[in-house]
Amino acid sequence: MDMLASLEKNQSSDPVAEARRDMSKLDNNLKARNRHVNSDDGSARMLWVGHMARIRDDQDRTAFAELFAHFAPRVKGFLIKSGADVTLAEECTQDVMATLWNKAHMFDATRASVATWIFTIARNRKIDLLRRQRRPEPEDLPWGPEAEPDQADVLSLQQESKILGEALAALPASQRELIEKAYFGDLTHSEIAAETGLPLGTIKSRIRLALDRLRHAMK
Amino acid sequence: MNEQMTHTIKHHINDAILMAYSAGTLPEAFNLMVASHLSLCDGCRSQAASFDAVGGEVLEQMTETHAVSDACLEATMALIAGGVVERTPVKDHPRGVLPAPLQDYVGGDLSAVKWKPMGMGVKQAILPTSRDASARLLYIPAGVAMPDHGHRGTEMTMVLQGAFQDEGDYFARGDVEFADEDLTHTPVADIHEDCICLAVTDAPLRFNTMIPRIAQRFLRI
Repeated sequence: MDMLASLEKNQSSDPVAEARRDMSKLDNNLKARNRHVNSDDGSARMLWVGHMARIRDDQDRTAFAELFAHFAPRVKGFLIKSGADVTLAEECTQDVMATLWNKAHMFDATRASVATWIFTIARNRKIDLLRRQRRPEPEDLPWGPEAEPDQADVLSLQQESKILGEALAALPASQRELIEKAYFGDLTHSEIAAETGLPLGTIKSRIRLALDRLRHAMK
Repeated sequence: MNEQMTHTIKHHINDAILMAYSAGTLPEAFNLMVASHLSLCDGCRSQAASFDAVGGEVLEQMTETHAVSDACLEATMALIAGGVVERTPVKDHPRGVLPAPLQDYVGGDLSAVKWKPMGMGVKQAILPTSRDASARLLYIPAGVAMPDHGHRGTEMTMVLQGAFQDEGDYFARGDVEFADEDLTHTPVADIHEDCICLAVTDAPLRFNTMIPRIAQRFLRI
């Protein structure tokens, strides 16, 4: 809570830089508790959020190039795992990253990390291009992203996503692999069963266990 | 949150389906079902957002990344320069019986549905989705039992108007009944109002004209 209070006091200074400092403080606390967890740098998430604002407000190409360097190889890897050949995956990656630029005003840091937002764009392109299907989306919420979201809300969502990331990294390999296959192999549970030779029931219960662990970590 | 939602949704979409929706591995008809339910159910909507967050973390932690060529960033910048920055206005769907994703498939609300009679006052309208699964709207007059529909695959049925009763369970607007091969059931529309449902299945569609029906029985298509 001190962290949030200090944020509010420092409205005049750069809130992102401030948040980043606070984040790394929190980060260190968490690291002390979870030394076994192979965690990424916690400030990275807030850094990407700042990059999105720079792209949205200033069409900042440097910020975009940095985001691109980090996420484009991941998006391409995801598309290849989903069945695209290298050429299609690269074209599709360009498309995903261009969407990130064009729809930067739609990104809401109080609702998603930048990685999550890019994941949803890449997934939708995958369905579009690889599966050649429409992707029905739920009804738009009556509110869109706010122009000036509360930095405390942003920080808390980004922090939550970091805890989720750590919990995912800490899953037993048998559970983690199945989660990855479910998301990135473009496989149904039955197809995972065929591929791994594990009974369907085992797959379902391992995924359920994994989700329970992730939920527990988020409490 | 949703002013139409006087009824509290009791029958939700399970984690496996929500996760597959987030991963993008469901057939289009099932995506339509999930998107329609999420439009009515804030709980499942936030649950689906958590599954998107898991997807984001899997992406972040990917070990098998693929280097992009040097020209890739330049090509992306060229795409950006050539395109128009979209400021897509929020699409305005008039509030109706059909949630927005269904209105997109129907081309409007209930009045735009092209119903085909099936007898006993029951009507259906098949929606245009990819062929790996099918989606249809069902119209069942108050008090009438739903037409027989076998479950050779997975079937999900969501109430949009009215209600139905099945083996002691009551399903009203937004509630989803999940059925697979093991379940035999006889849903009956509530007596108070005609019932309109969205039903999706990955089993072959059952046809209503005589010839396909015979073919279906003998050829097991």
